[in-house]
Amino acid sequence: MKFVECAPIGRRALSEFVYAGPVRKEPRNETVSDADLSEFLYYHWNQPAVQTELWQHRPTGIWFYFERDTATDRIERVYPATKGAAQ
Amino acid sequence: MPLGLLKYAWKSPESMPRFFPDETPLKKHYDAVIIGGGGHGMACAYYLAKEHGLTNVAVLEKGYIGGGNTGRNTTIVRSNYLTSEGVAFYDESLKLFEDLSDEFDLNIFYSTRGHYTLAHSDSALHTMRWRAEVNKFHGIDSEVVDAAHVKKHVPYMDTNCGGHLPVMGALYHAPGSVARHDAVAWGYARGAQSYGVEIHQKTAVTDIRTVGDRVTGVQTDRGFIETPRVISMVAGSTPTVAAMVGLKTPIEIFPLQACVTEPVKPFMDTIVVSGSLHVYVSQSSRGELVMGASVDPAQLHSTRSTLDFVEGLTDQMVDLFPFTSRLKIMRQWAGMSDLTPDFAPIMGKTPIKGFYLDGGWGTWGFKATPVSGKTMAHTVATDETHHLIQPFSLDRFERFNLVGEKGAASVGH
Ligand SMILES: Cc1cc2nc3c(=O)[nH]c(=O)nc-3n(C[C@H](O)[C@H](O)[C@H](O)COP(=O)(O)OP(=O)(O)OC[C@H]3O[C@@H](n4cnc5c(N)ncnc54)[C@H](O)[C@@H]3O)c2cc1C
Repeated sequence: MKFVECAPIGRRALSEFVYAGPVRKEPRNETVSDADLSEFLYYHWNQPAVQTELWQHRPTGIWFYFERDTATDRIERVYPATKGAAQ
Repeated sequence: MPLGLLKYAWKSPESMPRFFPDETPLKKHYDAVIIGGGGHGMACAYYLAKEHGLTNVAVLEKGYIGGGNTGRNTTIVRSNYLTSEGVAFYDESLKLFEDLSDEFDLNIFYSTRGHYTLAHSDSALHTMRWRAEVNKFHGIDSEVVDAAHVKKHVPYMDTNCGGHLPVMGALYHAPGSVARHDAVAWGYARGAQSYGVEIHQKTAVTDIRTVGDRVTGVQTDRGFIETPRVISMVAGSTPTVAAMVGLKTPIEIFPLQACVTEPVKPFMDTIVVSGSLHVYVSQSSRGELVMGASVDPAQLHSTRSTLDFVEGLTDQMVDLFPFTSRLKIMRQWAGMSDLTPDFAPIMGKTPIKGFYLDGGWGTWGFKATPVSGKTMAHTVATDETHHLIQPFSLDRFERFNLVGEKGAASVGH
């Protein structure tokens, strides 16, 4: 079993977390064009890389950003997902 | 054929003809280059040569024939999908599958089993009814059956599921089948070679050259090849190959794992899928239980396997088939699934002229091997998109015109 070091809640099993996908810069709802919206929703490089992802810790409901390498599955950094915190 | 084999009993084994001829050096120019020597690549090469007379074709495979998802899948072939586009497409494939052993003069062990998708809730039963109606409308043998029917035809199943998720009914699809996956790739490969197509294993494409918006050649680890047509049939490597021509896609890579138990006497001649329990199982001709589940929880470009997977799967399997608690797992493995947001493939032409895409096969592309080869060959040779694959074009996402196959493809592959 894999464990993750999470500052506020300590060392937790990865199986307690739910993956919610990579963080992508959201376009503004009111002004976005169809082309930009489809780009945001669908068209990505999706290459093996370190990406910032949203994960929720189910028992506490707390959301985290994981910086994870999608080639090796190594989680490089974890920090709480407060607004504007994604790096 | 068995008589033909007999003569080698007295001769030296070396005198037996090799299944594939020795490899030749790469040529400088081909009329078409197929990237990926899985079932799809081989089928496309075969139909390009056989039906369209295009024989100056090379298939480039970075590993060995069928070593990708083709040789890793659980070989379920069925056509009881949810959308009209999907049903028409997969049904054509099923029909082609039925004749492949004869066409190849090679036994692909195509075995029609009957396919049950269990419903453990009202909402699941609702989706089954919907699927059955769509299927019947298209002339597909598909019906909703009750729990008693399941109990009768799948002995040893605890339809009460240990009391926690009783089986309420199932979608039954009589033509559901399994086949020998490698043999499908080998049969197409040998067939393609007999028409003069070249297959180069251990040859990786590292870049694709374009001039303006047109393909002019591919760079490989064995040198440069000129070609006006490149067909990408690389499943789990699709994002990487598409990026070589500057194309973004909605395809995300997730590992999909499977495992087999030790062999036991034949007791199950059907295929059983449970969406609610996230598991499916069939018994191979060797007696092993072939078992699988949904994809891993997060994106990953790797074929590593995990203990979490086996633990999760067996936990559910024991509810459904209590006696399996006494069986040992023999092998487990993973493939890289190329998932799309609507659980339908991405096929056909792209904004880059001469670059054709066949990907987004996720967890469901083995059954599409014959029809993909045929429709892609048609599209490449005539430069007209085959009508069966028009709904699957890459630009459907720009038009927000998705296919919506999730209800029929997320657990049952
Ligand atoms: C565990 C598992 C279970 C599955 N179960 C089912 C099922 O029951 N039913 C079903 O219909 N489908 C199933 N699938 C899905 C199915 O296996 C695939 O969709 C299908 O085999 C894809 O075939 P392909 O020929 O397109 O790709 P592959 O067989 O993956 O072939 C692609 C090839 O491209 C090569 N390649 C990649 N990059 C390069 C490069 N740069 N240069 C040269 N070569 C390259 C790879 O080495 C590989 O051999 C399952 C998949 C998995 C992993």
